[in-house]
Amino acid sequence: MKTYHMDHLDRLESQSIYILREAYREFKSLCMLWSIGKDSTVLLWLARKAFFGHVPIPLVHIDTRYKIPEMIEYRDRVAIEWNLNMIYGENRDAIEEKRTFPDGNTDRITCCRHLKSEALKKTLSGQWPRFRMDHSLRKYVPDESRTPYTGVIAGVRADEEGSRSKERYFSPRDSENSWDVGDQPPEFWNQFKTDFAPGTHVRIHPLLDWTELNVWEYIGRENIPLVSLYFNRGNGTRYRSLGCFPCTTPIESEAATVSEIIAELADGRLSSVAERSGRAQDREDGGGLETLRRDGYM
Amino acid sequence: MNIVIIGHVDHGKSTVIGRLLADTGSLPEGRLESVKESCRRNAKPFEYAFLLDALKDEQSQGITIDTARCFFRSDFRDYIIIDAPGHIEFLKNMITGASRAEAALLVIDAREGIQENSKRHGHMAAMLGIRQVTVLVNKMDLVDYREEVFSDLRDEYTAYLRHLDLTPLSFIPVSARDGENIAEHSLRMPWYSGHTVLRQLDLFRSAEDASGAHFRFPVQDIYKFTGSNDDRRIVAGTVLAGSIEVGENVVFQPSGKQSVIRSVESFNTPSKRSAGAGQAAGFTLETQLYIRPGEIMLKVSEPSCEVGSRFRANVFWLGRAPLVKGREYKLKVGTARVAVKLAEINNTLDSSDLVFSRSKQQLDCRDVGECIFETVRPVAFDTVSTNEATGRFVVVDNYEIAGGGIILENLSSGQTPLQRHISERERHWEYGMVRLSEREHANGHRAKFILFTGSRGSGKRSLAKQLEQELFSRKLHVYYLGLAALEHGLDADLGYHEDHADERLRRIGELARILTDTGLIFIAVADDADDYAIEVLRQLNAPNEVLVVAVGDHLLSRFSPDLQIPAGTDDSAAVERLNGMLATREIIADYHI
Repeated sequence: MKTYHMDHLDRLESQSIYILREAYREFKSLCMLWSIGKDSTVLLWLARKAFFGHVPIPLVHIDTRYKIPEMIEYRDRVAIEWNLNMIYGENRDAIEEKRTFPDGNTDRITCCRHLKSEALKKTLSGQWPRFRMDHSLRKYVPDESRTPYTGVIAGVRADEEGSRSKERYFSPRDSENSWDVGDQPPEFWNQFKTDFAPGTHVRIHPLLDWTELNVWEYIGRENIPLVSLYFNRGNGTRYRSLGCFPCTTPIESEAATVSEIIAELADGRLSSVAERSGRAQDREDGGGLETLRRDGYM
Repeated sequence: MNIVIIGHVDHGKSTVIGRLLADTGSLPEGRLESVKESCRRNAKPFEYAFLLDALKDEQSQGITIDTARCFFRSDFRDYIIIDAPGHIEFLKNMITGASRAEAALLVIDAREGIQENSKRHGHMAAMLGIRQVTVLVNKMDLVDYREEVFSDLRDEYTAYLRHLDLTPLSFIPVSARDGENIAEHSLRMPWYSGHTVLRQLDLFRSAEDASGAHFRFPVQDIYKFTGSNDDRRIVAGTVLAGSIEVGENVVFQPSGKQSVIRSVESFNTPSKRSAGAGQAAGFTLETQLYIRPGEIMLKVSEPSCEVGSRFRANVFWLGRAPLVKGREYKLKVGTARVAVKLAEINNTLDSSDLVFSRSKQQLDCRDVGECIFETVRPVAFDTVSTNEATGRFVVVDNYEIAGGGIILENLSSGQTPLQRHISERERHWEYGMVRLSEREHANGHRAKFILFTGSRGSGKRSLAKQLEQELFSRKLHVYYLGLAALEHGLDADLGYHEDHADERLRRIGELARILTDTGLIFIAVADDADDYAIEVLRQLNAPNEVLVVAVGDHLLSRFSPDLQIPAGTDDSAAVERLNGMLATREIIADYHI
């Protein structure tokens, strides 16, 4: 009898694939959020694993126009290379009316609410225009589809901060996108909430059991291409978490490769620093990300 | 490894976890400092539990509202600790957490002892099939680290769990607040020589390697990405047990279609020729088959799984609306989804007050029950004793997972004529307005069928009559029936022919079913009853119970009697033993069931 030894990463990968396939089977109108960050890029890679090299699910990115430019370049390059059904949405009005931070008259949290939470909500529901990568033209065109997404896959991890540790793999949201933390459906064994009432949708979290270290170990093992901002490119800094440039600062680090980052995480140099410590909006939201999360922030 | 931590409200679950995280250095330093700082600011004493109280509304209520997961690493392996809420309102969260666990830590407050949740969570662990349970007797500091407090609690709780068929691996006296026996042996409890909590965690066995079991592959989906110039038709899913190689013959159930594995598919790996338990996999087949998601792929060379549309199961119900007969629900078992109806309820247990009933007509929220379900079409599954992963199911009601359960028995295919007869009988049984539980309550004792057996001349008949006399004098509702009387009455039509043995047995069983349903303690005597006879009577008397008393030599081998009385035992001593057994069972009835 052959034995099939599975290590921790194998088990995590297997469970995530199971969840992705479950989502793909059950949700007719499904999308995956791709923030360009390492977690949702691992998620994208896992989709290629689950569907044998293909990604049969549209990828949705919310552009704030404040994203670090390398992020957008990387997004479009990968979208073309991997033949992704790439969609983006944005809060055009807020951007044009400058209801933004720091150049508008608003604080960081409100800016997040406008450019991310609201844009996400309206893009998912189809109320606002979506833009789709046309692979023959190699540019974005208005997407004809306005169908609301009823299943939304996101790269949330339980170890990121408190409120996320309470998430389910399949987590219902009502029509206002809000999350009732105190009254979540049960998940028995590997049976998830895949039925949903009209007007509601379900957030799906295949990476819930992964830690930051697991993510990096997997990136190293699978050789997943990442945006270069995660690595020190000679100036002694790198980003640990990616976002909009006015609110995201790099950390001091010499790590220039995946294995150097893993070593850095493993030796505890960063253990006293929260992963999202470079994300200024978290600090303004006293309860961690919770206020934003209840409101639909990823 | 997934570990769930359960126990009564305020018995210290979060403190145990906080301490484990802190003592293994698994906590970002900043977290500990910032929580301590916030305590200083608010002038309240620091507690390890605060580390986990991550959510605002949780801190305001002071209770864990949902399962929180935390991660830590011992020298031996990685752990995910699932913190299950103790409060009854959050039972479904507790179950969500516990259903993922391979082992459980059950926390009991040394001062308060066994509380409602200690019992309820014991039931849940047993029901979810968690066999590895360690009990932490916490807050030993508040009882001056006294050994007898610990050992009394250990004995009492062991006795309780025994009724649930659950034997804890160990009991550990701890003070989570002070870190006693968490990561280091306590100097304050020199009388304790067992493992620390951390060591016990490392000793738990990891989920049994299912590679050696029979191959089980529930088909999750069939992929064909022709639009992307890919002609492979891939059967996708996760191998739940066993392993398979290219070239092996496979059969899909319930369709019964057969084929041969052509290839094992994967992305970004070296090419594969086999797949085993735990792996998310994909296969192509030698022939084009129309198979549907939800079928189970098996090896032709191995025993098949169950296929059927009627099964007996233990289920617990968490739905807002009750689980009722006749209504259509959605069953999810393995990767199959099928419409299902509740056919019968054999018995129920209310997990909030731990009241047992045989007569409830529906399962309310938080009830646990043994039920019979019928699906609209046959599905493939296993009984939970054959394969846990394919023997579990959930019931969806109005978009929500409202209940979960484990399959005990396939009642459809291979059902014996007796089983068919009994299910038919139960289906048509007409109840009056008075329920058995109400009769039992009024009578002050449980209904029972007590069957004496043993060889001829062992004195069992006189013993049975004395028991009747004794119980009657204590004002219990009891009746002794000499079965010989039936020959000229109820069985008068049968004559003395051997061929009628089954019919005689059936009539005794039917009689017992009726008499126990009246609330009676029904006593009968059968010479040399064997395993088969006892089993038939047990089934016929169901849902009511039979107690078997063997006097002297008997023929039972598989079936062990509830009480064995040696031949030649003095009658009054024997009656006393019988009384003792009944008392114990009655205590069980009031207390545990």
